[in-house]
Amino acid sequence: MAQSGTAGPVRQADALPEKIQVTLTVNGTRATLAVAPWTTLLDALRDHLDLTGTKKGCDHGQCGACTVLVDGRRINSCLTLAVMKQGAEITTIEGLANDGALHPLQQAFIDHDAFQCGYCTSGQICSAAGLIAEGKAKTADEIRELMSGNICRCGAYPNIVTAIQQAMERS
Amino acid sequence: MTPFEYARANDVADAIKQIATDPSAKFIAGGTNLIDLIKYDVEGPARLIDISHLPLRSVEETDNGGVIIGAMVPNSDLAYHPLIEQRYPLLSRAILAGASQQLRNMASTGGNLLQRTRCFYFYDATTPCNKRVPGSGCSAIDGVNRINAILGTSETCIATHPSDMCVALAALDATVHVAGPAGMRTIAFADFHRLPGDTPQRDTNLNSDEIITAIELPAKGFSANYSYMKIRDRLSYAFALVSVAAALELENDTIKDARLALGGVAHKPWRSPAAETVLRGQRAEASAFESAADVLLRGAKGFGHNDFKIGLARRAIVRTLGQAARATPQSISDKRIR
Repeated sequence: MAQSGTAGPVRQADALPEKIQVTLTVNGTRATLAVAPWTTLLDALRDHLDLTGTKKGCDHGQCGACTVLVDGRRINSCLTLAVMKQGAEITTIEGLANDGALHPLQQAFIDHDAFQCGYCTSGQICSAAGLIAEGKAKTADEIRELMSGNICRCGAYPNIVTAIQQAMERS
Repeated sequence: MTPFEYARANDVADAIKQIATDPSAKFIAGGTNLIDLIKYDVEGPARLIDISHLPLRSVEETDNGGVIIGAMVPNSDLAYHPLIEQRYPLLSRAILAGASQQLRNMASTGGNLLQRTRCFYFYDATTPCNKRVPGSGCSAIDGVNRINAILGTSETCIATHPSDMCVALAALDATVHVAGPAGMRTIAFADFHRLPGDTPQRDTNLNSDEIITAIELPAKGFSANYSYMKIRDRLSYAFALVSVAAALELENDTIKDARLALGGVAHKPWRSPAAETVLRGQRAEASAFESAADVLLRGAKGFGHNDFKIGLARRAIVRTLGQAARATPQSISDKRIR
């Protein structure tokens, strides 16, 4: 229960601000959306574009389930406002396969059983795609360190690292 | 979360003009901390002014041999920039010790300085917190204070500053360039963040109508003898319980110059000129490092759960100075401490 006088500097808004038009290119397709200023990229993808492969885990940038690529770089879509990404190219888990052929990371996650419940998996795979593009991780230790923003509560980490190593070798 | 309006700033002058006309507005750059705080109802700006597209993205050498970093350079780009990796590896390592790669891709250089404390009570809007609501009291002093400060605390606040990057910037004597309605000014890094005193609601000496435009590094980068060690509750992607930035300039075995700063222990990166004076002219060996640690930790005080930080910090200082002296800086990915 909130104690009086202890809450943060929260205002009461008189009227809801108007929606704003934003144009994004998502998995190669341009889309123009009308979103509230506070709509996160995660909510825009899931609720406006029905791309529910990107998962909402903690919604606070602590778990990595919402990881997508923006202009080729991995970010947490839950801490990104959609209106700030006007004109950006977004890649989600739905955009990784090529003409029905699985992305090498998707195949590697299957080959190595790199998940149990699967809730973190789309974030893990998008994060790993960003990791491979960055080219900074060479060793298993470096993969572990640079994938530390993606939490797997099932503890599939050893198989995730092996899957990423396979995809790195084949990319 | 309270609804807010959104506007984009076209250039620095436009940003200053926009914030001047709406004191309830806040700037947003990477958003990694501010959006989180808005979700928790800790921050409730009426309007966000988007400065993420401002042309402040360069990393360039200065005429005096230093480097100037645009405020909108993402943390990851800065950590991997050749000028930083080669000449200021302490800064590169400190940045890579913080957050995750996703967050480093989003977070800006200027915003890193302005991130707010991760004190549990600051984030929990149902509890008293002098930083969130001045005068409401401090829940941490008699509460769960394992992560809180041991140095420079006050009766009103024992929060810590959570940045790793700032610990290295403090050690390297960086300068913060800011712009505001009165024009440009610079702030020495040591003067940028504040101790809580009786105004813990103010984290920094940046005015609310000012904007950080750049961070400048002096020529001296201590690229030969340095180390950044971060001690935390898990091996990666956690805030520091204690972190140490150590940099030495050696002539044979003798310390000519030294820098030493701590993270996770105070309301600002913790540095003491006296501790560095103790090191100068000494042989680079454990006894000198222990003396410096004792001076840097002078006056340290625990609040119960965080008492362990005093001993931990002392040992971490000695180990990190040893790594710097041996030119074997702490690895980011190999977690063993040697």
